[in-house]
Amino acid sequence: MNVRAGSAIVGAAETTRIGVVPDVSALEMHAESARLAVADAGMKMTDIDGVAAAGLSPIAVAHYLGIAPTYVDATTVGGCSFLLHVRHAAAAITAGLCEVVLITHGESGRSRLGMPPRVADPTSPQGQFEAPYGTLGPPTMFPMGVLRYMKEFGLTHEQLASVPVAQRKWAANVPRAMFREPLSIEDVLASRLIAYPMHLLECCLVTDGGGALVVTSAQRARSMPGPKPPVYVLGTGEAAETPLVSMMEDFTTSKAFRLSSASAFAEAGVGPQDVDHLMVYDAFAHLPIYGLEDLGFVGRGEAGAFIAEGHTSPGGSLPMNTNGGGLSYTHTGMYGMFLVQESVRQLRREASAQVPNVEISLAQGVGGMFMAAGTLILGTAAAAGV
Amino acid sequence: MPNDDHQHKPAPKPTPETEHYWEGTKLGELRIQRCRACGQAYFYPRPSCPHCFSTDVSWERASGRAQLHTYLISHRPAPGFADEVPYAIAVVELEEGPRMMTNIVGVEQTPESLVLDMALEVAFEPRGDQSVPVFRPRNES
Repeated sequence: MNVRAGSAIVGAAETTRIGVVPDVSALEMHAESARLAVADAGMKMTDIDGVAAAGLSPIAVAHYLGIAPTYVDATTVGGCSFLLHVRHAAAAITAGLCEVVLITHGESGRSRLGMPPRVADPTSPQGQFEAPYGTLGPPTMFPMGVLRYMKEFGLTHEQLASVPVAQRKWAANVPRAMFREPLSIEDVLASRLIAYPMHLLECCLVTDGGGALVVTSAQRARSMPGPKPPVYVLGTGEAAETPLVSMMEDFTTSKAFRLSSASAFAEAGVGPQDVDHLMVYDAFAHLPIYGLEDLGFVGRGEAGAFIAEGHTSPGGSLPMNTNGGGLSYTHTGMYGMFLVQESVRQLRREASAQVPNVEISLAQGVGGMFMAAGTLILGTAAAAGV
Repeated sequence: MPNDDHQHKPAPKPTPETEHYWEGTKLGELRIQRCRACGQAYFYPRPSCPHCFSTDVSWERASGRAQLHTYLISHRPAPGFADEVPYAIAVVELEEGPRMMTNIVGVEQTPESLVLDMALEVAFEPRGDQSVPVFRPRNES
């Protein structure tokens, strides 16, 4: 079965408002972005035969919208879930299980409207072997490997701080970004410590918002074209390493990043040198550093200097996180949907901070604290050779 | 119950598969498992070897000697940790090989005092009706 370029993203939209949205529930954010994405595809809700969602059940989303899907995917592995939904949709469409899949995200991460309660289970591996030591959400777990990375590769605090600085340069040109004012390394290092070595400005935002995608077969995208150019799914990958950050095999690299991206590159038949635009999930400043190395864009220990030297900034050789990322644009909790949205915008030439001549874009998602990963390599019709 | 959340550190709740481990900590023993088929030690407790998948595994008492592998220093208190901020949450590597999350005690919670690869030894602290392994600097080397 050939999954490469067998399917395409033909509809994509974010909720009208992102950031602080205290008057819309999580479920309605799924639904609003779904309506907008279906309209963006030039389709009707009745064209949808598959629904995928994370955070809330796809059953809840589908019924709320008024549809009874015959393909559902509730894969929930953290913030990269939506990248896995695209992968699964591509495979399901290629196999003939369904024709048009709607993938939705909505999260009231900041205002907590209509959100499932957070539950701590003292019998779970995390409840037994991590929580007793005072973990309190992602800032106290995700950056666990940073000091080890610093010792092994000489990454400096200034280089780490250059990650939010680089991304803020992109956000300056993105009207929807939550933070757009210029940022200096000194500003980052002067912000308060959240979990040493991470300062406040090295941690992602906490926002409200949603987004949705419509995926269909490349054949249908051509025979029943919508108003927007199709974005072809060239290669996909997914992987899981561990539910516990303390059990990472190597604290200086993500096994899930490596496995997932290798699969996507192999399927797409391209390598890092072919990628024009990159999105790497940046819940914290060290993630783009791990991502650049684990995906093979730079060698081990080189990513900090690469970012600090401006290679991922506007005008650089590898434009990365061009919406400003989770550090400046928005971060609802499961941010992965926004990676894909920005990749789609860049490939359609409709991004706020548009990069010239993007033919291939790669989106690298993470789930949990390096728990899981998803990779999508997306391309224009020219890149797909169709 | 929600009121208690702010007063007590979270306590682990054993499952049948981890009970032997938690019985050990109450006796001041850090118990880990070792695979008889491949010889490797592992953590966290479970009845099959994550290296070779064998179920022929045994328990042993770890030496308690470890090295500080990595850590961060949390500036926001988890429930029960209000009097301790900032406090380190660490991962140590046991002499036998496996790693585990823990707290580091008996030392200032600063980057200057917490040096990666420093020698540590196990101690125990109460969490509810359970006892959890923590680690303190080990002077003899």
